[in-house]
Amino acid sequence: MLHTRRLAAPRGPGFAEKLYLISWPLVLLLAALAGIGYIALYSAAGGDPEPWAARHALRFAFGLIVLVSIGLVDIRLIERIAWPLYALAVALLLVVMLHGQVGKGAQRWLDLGPIQMQPSELMKLALCIALASYFRRATSERMGNALFLLVPALAVALPAGLILKQPNLGNALITLMLGAAVFFLAGMRIWAIGLCAGLAAAAVPFAYGYLKDYQKARILTFLNPESDPLGAGYHTIQSRIALGSGGTWGRGWLQGTQSQLDFLPEKQTDFIFTLWAEEWGMVGALALMALNLLIIAYGLAIAMRCRHAFGRLLAAGITANFFLYVFVNIAMNMGLIPVGGVPLPLVSHGGSSTLTVMLGFGLLMSVHVHRDVEFSGEEERGTGLAAR
Amino acid sequence: MRRETSSRSRFIRRALVLGGGKLLLLGVLGARLYQLQVIEADRYVTLAEENRISLRLVAPPRGRLLDRNGTVLAGNRENFRALLVAEQTPDIGATLATFSALVPLSESERARVERDTRRNRRFVPVAVREFLSWEDMARIEVNAPDLPGIMVDRGQTRLYPYGEELAHVLGYVAPAAEADLQGDEDPLLTLPGFRIGRAGIERVHDRVLRGRAGAIQLEVNAVGRVVRELSRQEGTPGQDVTLTIDEPLQRFATQRIASESAAAVVMDARNGELLALASSPSFDPSVFNSGVSQRQWQAWLANRRKPLNNKAIGGLYAPGSTFKMVVGIAALEANVIGANERVTCIGYVDLGDTRFHCWKAGGHGGVDLRQAIKVSCDCYFYEAARRVGIDRIAAMANRFGLGADLEIELPGARTGLVPTRAWRLAQSGGVPWQQGDTLVHGIGQGFTQVTPLQLATMTARLATGRQVRPHLTRAIGASIRRGDRPEHWPVIGVGERNLRLVREAMAAVVNEQGGTAYASRLPDRQAAMAGKTGTTQVRRISMADRARGVRQEQLPWDYRHHALFVCYAPVDNPVYACAVLIEHGIGGALTAAPAARDIMAEALARDPAKRSFPPDPSVPGRPMSVRSGSGGAGEAG
Repeated sequence: MLHTRRLAAPRGPGFAEKLYLISWPLVLLLAALAGIGYIALYSAAGGDPEPWAARHALRFAFGLIVLVSIGLVDIRLIERIAWPLYALAVALLLVVMLHGQVGKGAQRWLDLGPIQMQPSELMKLALCIALASYFRRATSERMGNALFLLVPALAVALPAGLILKQPNLGNALITLMLGAAVFFLAGMRIWAIGLCAGLAAAAVPFAYGYLKDYQKARILTFLNPESDPLGAGYHTIQSRIALGSGGTWGRGWLQGTQSQLDFLPEKQTDFIFTLWAEEWGMVGALALMALNLLIIAYGLAIAMRCRHAFGRLLAAGITANFFLYVFVNIAMNMGLIPVGGVPLPLVSHGGSSTLTVMLGFGLLMSVHVHRDVEFSGEEERGTGLAAR
Repeated sequence: MRRETSSRSRFIRRALVLGGGKLLLLGVLGARLYQLQVIEADRYVTLAEENRISLRLVAPPRGRLLDRNGTVLAGNRENFRALLVAEQTPDIGATLATFSALVPLSESERARVERDTRRNRRFVPVAVREFLSWEDMARIEVNAPDLPGIMVDRGQTRLYPYGEELAHVLGYVAPAAEADLQGDEDPLLTLPGFRIGRAGIERVHDRVLRGRAGAIQLEVNAVGRVVRELSRQEGTPGQDVTLTIDEPLQRFATQRIASESAAAVVMDARNGELLALASSPSFDPSVFNSGVSQRQWQAWLANRRKPLNNKAIGGLYAPGSTFKMVVGIAALEANVIGANERVTCIGYVDLGDTRFHCWKAGGHGGVDLRQAIKVSCDCYFYEAARRVGIDRIAAMANRFGLGADLEIELPGARTGLVPTRAWRLAQSGGVPWQQGDTLVHGIGQGFTQVTPLQLATMTARLATGRQVRPHLTRAIGASIRRGDRPEHWPVIGVGERNLRLVREAMAAVVNEQGGTAYASRLPDRQAAMAGKTGTTQVRRISMADRARGVRQEQLPWDYRHHALFVCYAPVDNPVYACAVLIEHGIGGALTAAPAARDIMAEALARDPAKRSFPPDPSVPGRPMSVRSGSGGAGEAG
């Protein structure tokens, strides 16, 4: 109560208070997730912190600093620079298209010396901020107005199109779904959402024609992995074997034969979940999923607790983004959806991924710390009482 | 304010819906997890094991072939070979080209390597070149950096130290042919370059010699590279097979007949053990191991002396006069002729319109059986055969091993033929047996065909009165085969008096003046031998030839008579039986008897005491322990 009153002040909480307000339990949950990542990467290297686990820990530590730093930034400042950030992210996407490093058939990476960036991931954060900023003024009437929805729709379509062009189908679809989630949360009419979904489904057969061959191969082999067991279907089959052979209790740490013997491709990145599930079994895999679920629940709680619409939408968007990563990655590991380069947040090895995830949680933390600040121009004044 | 509240509560509502949806989706993942890791776990565990464990076969060393003294007749030698692992080279063609510059590869070799690499998975080593010399190996090792994918491997190859001398007995090993693979489930056959016995003893005892495959369970990674050895199950090495062959005697016999197209068989008359089994000309058995060239093969086929045929067991010849003992015994046993009954030979016998000649123009005068065998009188045996009839001759011949399957452990052994009336009817489609045929067969001509091995067996049975069967396998591993003692063989069931009469006649052939082989008697009276000459026509002698008195030496080689000689020694205590056949050797007394004499002298000189009974079973293949004064177990001669 004490805080609430003070936070209600237009200036917001002070530095020490902000540090105190940071949700340390959430940080702990994230650290636990990163810990799992360390254990799994240690095993992926055959029982060696090099080359992945140690760097993973280092990056997480760096990510923690980023998280806390962002968490301390006034949420109103973030809202104010929402569109410049959006513009910057789009620019980065364009740069990577023109000068990016080609990896695995797609231009996704931007080499910035010590760290390589995957601008598509930054883009999704910037999109969350921009949409939250736009929709914070949304009223029920406005949400019914197609013209009002046109601007954010374009804001989603532009980066999704650019990412698709890289080409990175998986990430483009995630971007679209992220946008859809924010639209839904912002109050878009249910029938309108249904209509859009229907149109999108109808467009799938046409879109298929525009896919690259390797993307088509992925989808086809996903539908029938045994058709090409040593080629495109190899990932799917091997990950399923590794997963399934783990059983209920797993083979034990460092004992996962499939992962240790390199049958499992990209075990340290996209298929880290399989490695984990092979060595720790269904129990371990469910624990990992429960941990992720807890983080998502925490994020949603932060969103619902927030007194301003910007914070709510931003927190929910970030959480949705996190969820999409987790879901797509795990579903892909289980052979439920076609394979695409989507990492498991904080567990997969990958600097860009860890950093952007922590950046996102930094934004979430900022929402949490600044949950009770007042926004100018937001028509929510005095609702603090109503919220209670 | 209401609107703001509703806006927030709508958000909360929708956030909860969204959160619920997320929970649901993760629940789907959890269910899938349960399906994979609990319900279908067993299946995937199996798949995982298959994934990581690779079974590699290890070829056991092939059992050796030893002679009766323990001398290695077929052994194994280290063989360095170059292998290619396809996955370890970026360009197979380039690697082979570099290899070829160091160790020249023929076009066909290169094609074979490329075919093998396509057939096998990329991590399976494929043989590029076998039997590398030290120089070649050094050249390859030094240039290893330029030869990605090439490795030098140490294997084993078959070694035949005595080469041509034993090729017909031992046979050879060679890569399995498609037909050999039928019905043979031995996993060893799947090993690239594995060789099986394709002829001779190597083939007959192939399973024993081959041993059982060992297996190494290897943990391999996704590209098949070996991570570690999980378990090693040593194979069972092939068992050594000890032969009855006496290598020095075999060598002597081989060399003695080397200049002819001939066969020589020396048998232990008491138990049928073959001490020497020579066939000339011969071939180098190791040629088959490395592959026979087309030219070599054509040369063998074109050679009219047939180096690939084992004449001792597979050559069929009319027995000629060596058949006369059988006819004589058949007649004596049938009581159609008296032991001392004389038949007058005037140089020919007329039967109907046909005149049957004796080899000696003018005839032998009155001869009894002993004399008839000694001088090889044809007229006597025309008469004896006429009296006893072909069927009883055939039955007796079979009892002595002629025209019978002797079950020798060699592929390619022929049974030969001693005709009967029934056979003639069936063979000619109704033409009955003529008495003239009986006369011809009485002197071992006509349809009768036997192998030198059968003649040696006949001689051994005559000498010992036991139905010994010739055999080559003395011991497999440490266990001596049954049949090494005379008691193991049934007596032949012919009257001892009749046998003794024939034996005395055979002794007279060699040891008495006027005997057809008197010139070939042994110098040592202590170890005299008994024998019988044989000379058979390979084509009909026409009246014109007879009138002209054509000398055999003037005929082309393949028109000349075959020469045969059978013998045993010592006369009073037979140990060795021997048969020699020399194709187109003109006359038994002229060429076959001297060769047999020399071989027999060598056999006797090679310490008969070591062939005493019983052999020491604890030392297979070692020289038998000497027991003085033994040998009495054999039939008294």
